[in-house]
Amino acid sequence: MTTRLFGERVPRREDPRLLTGQGRYLDDLGREALAAAFVRAPHAHARIRDIDVAGALDVAGLVAVYTWEDLPERAGRALPLLIPHPALTHGRTAYPLARDVVRHVGEPVVMVVATDRYAAEDACALIQVDYEPLKPVAGLEEAVQGVRLVHEDVPGNVGAHLVQEVMTADGRGAREAIETSPHTLAFRLDIERSASMPLEGRGVYARWDGRDLRVYSSTQTSTSVRMAVAAALGLPLPQVEVIAPDVGGGFGVKIVHPWPEEVLVPWAAMTLGREVKWSEDRREHFVSSAHERGQVQYVRVGFDDDGRVLGLDVTILHDHGAYTPYGIIVPIVTSTQLPGPYKPGSYRVEFTSVYTNTVQVTPYRGAGRPQAVFCMERTMDKIARYLGKDRTEVRAANFIRPEEFPYDQGMTFQDGRPLIYDSGNYPEMLRMIKELIGWDSFERRPGRGIGIGCYVEGTGVGPYEGGHVQITSDGRVHVSTGLTSQGQGHETAFAQIAATELGVPIERVSVVTGDTRRFGYAVGTFASRAAVVSGNAIALACRKVRRKALRIAADALEANPDDLDIADGIVHVAGAPSAAIPLSTVAVLANPLRYAFDDETARATQFAGAASPDRPPVAEGEEPGLEGRDYYSPIRSTFAAGMHAAVVETDPDTAEIKVVRYAVVHDCGRLINPMIVEGQIHGGVAQGIGGALYERIVYDQHGQLVNASFMDFLMPYATEIPHIETGHLETPSPLNPLGIKGAGEAGVIPVSAVIASAIEDAEGIEIDRMPLSPSDLFDLRTTHRP
Amino acid sequence: MEHEITLIVNGTARRARVPARRLLSDCLRHDLGLTGTHVGCEHGVCGCCTVLLDGRPVRSCLTFAVTVDGAELTTVEGLAGRDGRLSAVQRAFAECHGLQCGFCTPGFLCTVTALLAENPAPTDDEVIDGISGNLCRCTGYQNIVKAVHRAAELLAEEA
Ligand code: FES
Ligand code: FES
Repeated sequence: MTTRLFGERVPRREDPRLLTGQGRYLDDLGREALAAAFVRAPHAHARIRDIDVAGALDVAGLVAVYTWEDLPERAGRALPLLIPHPALTHGRTAYPLARDVVRHVGEPVVMVVATDRYAAEDACALIQVDYEPLKPVAGLEEAVQGVRLVHEDVPGNVGAHLVQEVMTADGRGAREAIETSPHTLAFRLDIERSASMPLEGRGVYARWDGRDLRVYSSTQTSTSVRMAVAAALGLPLPQVEVIAPDVGGGFGVKIVHPWPEEVLVPWAAMTLGREVKWSEDRREHFVSSAHERGQVQYVRVGFDDDGRVLGLDVTILHDHGAYTPYGIIVPIVTSTQLPGPYKPGSYRVEFTSVYTNTVQVTPYRGAGRPQAVFCMERTMDKIARYLGKDRTEVRAANFIRPEEFPYDQGMTFQDGRPLIYDSGNYPEMLRMIKELIGWDSFERRPGRGIGIGCYVEGTGVGPYEGGHVQITSDGRVHVSTGLTSQGQGHETAFAQIAATELGVPIERVSVVTGDTRRFGYAVGTFASRAAVVSGNAIALACRKVRRKALRIAADALEANPDDLDIADGIVHVAGAPSAAIPLSTVAVLANPLRYAFDDETARATQFAGAASPDRPPVAEGEEPGLEGRDYYSPIRSTFAAGMHAAVVETDPDTAEIKVVRYAVVHDCGRLINPMIVEGQIHGGVAQGIGGALYERIVYDQHGQLVNASFMDFLMPYATEIPHIETGHLETPSPLNPLGIKGAGEAGVIPVSAVIASAIEDAEGIEIDRMPLSPSDLFDLRTTHRP
Repeated sequence: MEHEITLIVNGTARRARVPARRLLSDCLRHDLGLTGTHVGCEHGVCGCCTVLLDGRPVRSCLTFAVTVDGAELTTVEGLAGRDGRLSAVQRAFAECHGLQCGFCTPGFLCTVTALLAENPAPTDDEVIDGISGNLCRCTGYQNIVKAVHRAAELLAEEA
């Protein structure tokens, strides 16, 4: 019997430790470490005149106080701009500790180190910073006026500006195509700010032994943190190791690096010669970690009598906050993913990305796609409404047909590569979602509506990931990959891949992620890429090891490697089960040793009879050990897709909005573990519902974040999330050996569009901004039905 | 000023010297080294820090350690049997994929353990109501709800 685990609902390997309190999250480590805390700016925009630390010096347990001036030249430099882009003409990043000017509430100004966090916070409270408040740029509207500036040397507050255009088949631009279309519509669509908001905040813990630095960080990319820390502290790379322990959720915010604390905490540990740890508290997370989503879209669309889009012209205003360490990925993703499963006759998209005196904006699960899909799907609904057609009919008229794949959208994607969809079947998906939600038999009545939303998601972006696989002489399989995990079940999914590829029981496979001691090269976990890129890399590494195992076994069994198979960890001659050798023995044979320190190695010492006295014990081109490493570097992204539908009910008096049904049909290529994929979808949808109805980051006109707590930033509880019905469609990706696409972000992407569509259907009022609270809906009713 | 307190945690008497302002969550995590209890907000909303105080769920981030001197506490580390066998609630969470990152999980496990002790066969609404004080950012709750029902089933079978 072969070990087939790929595609099965295998229980998660990580659960036993997480269920018993044995997980190791950042703050669970370093019990003896000193604690760091930060004095953070109370103003959105201010010049620092003076910092007086005298008051803090008497606090019992105080160890050190640092301001920017205390930092050495390298560590004190502005943080790197991680993803430069030619369109980002005015990129600006923060200093690890504020130098002269603070540009958002929450920017770190002073670092305090003390024996415990209580003492560190006591000291913070006694440090006096003298600020000269400057007028803040408090919102998108104010930013584009360009009267007040966030950075003195950035005119008009404009960080980036980019136009992309895809012409009609006969070479006309979108604006011209719209002018000559039978029908046109123009409207504005708004999405407000939200945030990833993992339940575990960020955190850093560093140990310095006088030569080597070990850093633990609650990060989505330990390999890049390592390089960034080595660069900032001027250490040779081999002397720095970074480990992502168990991480309590990421959703994008932890892909940014180095965060100021990732430079400062290791630097303090080196300077003090003591272990130092910083764990972010919730208020700090609100005011200093990244946000996303806030964006305004102006749309003009031209279409024919069937609702086919002939020209689409979208102008985007993006608020990237006070700094741009992660470049302009979010508006680029919105721009390029906006056409979704459709083929507009022509498409022009222009974005302007501006500074405001708010927390920086970097990708949050979906990364600009929720805005894109909101834009495109609202457009489809408006066309349907204008023409008096069923909303699904208009969508179907615009779909890319299954026979048109690979389909070139004619643009450049976020990875700098052509935006070519690999595979998909959108008409079938539409049929499935209509059936799942009961679209055709839906009974509409005032206060009860149905909505739909479709999306395509570029997943599995490169440049690469790697996998290392080692089979030891006890028959165990050790797999490692460099990217990190924040709850996606990689230890399970990757073990399934390895067990399937190698023909071993999954119990013998263990997987390590995010530990640079085990694997040094990686990009990180984001953009629904882990399963695609690391999954395939691990499969390729397993295939290498398998080939080697078969070669060695063939020698031992005097058989042809092509006649061998592996099942249950035993290599055997196909059809002759008695001619067999366990992988543990193959591992012994793979490593000729000099010293016998246990029974197993006694069998492998160099005197245990080499195959031939005329050949070296390790043949030319071979390496000792049964192990292998390989990389997977995708030629371009894979494109997953999905369609969601929902039924909502609205209260006639209170305008309360209730999602009563939610259905998802999803295509992420071949499924490694359907249980995990469904879990990802459920979680994404719940975040999407939060974003559609409850969550918004609110800044006032002074740039103060007025709802920086879980009491005021409303994340949904179980009471707000409906049962989610799911259906899977599998169109394997032709681009990678395993045929998989990514699933991590899928659930969240179309939710605002779907809920808006359903509320509009229930209320008969056009919904052009999300999130929509009951009072927003109440106000809309008042203006629309006087 | 520090206070000497004794907590009966998971059946074992543990002593600690804590200042009056020491949160129970910090005392458990940092003084006693029981890091299974997590803190997600420290203002009483997320429920990650939920532990059982004399069998009832409380938010350890809103409790000063000195105020529970002498009390019996159960944390996530104490839910499994002495032989290491996972409790029905723990097993149900694994079986139903009721956790992803696992950060909220200890709070849910404690909450659900108390819920089922009080109401061994809750309806769907009672389950949702019972866990409505705990946030999870990963799972969308569906599999947690499923896990609670499954745990009720397991407990009934084993009773
Ligand atoms: S940490 Fe106690 S409720 Fe959030
Ligand atoms: S499993 Fe991550 S917060 Fe619940």
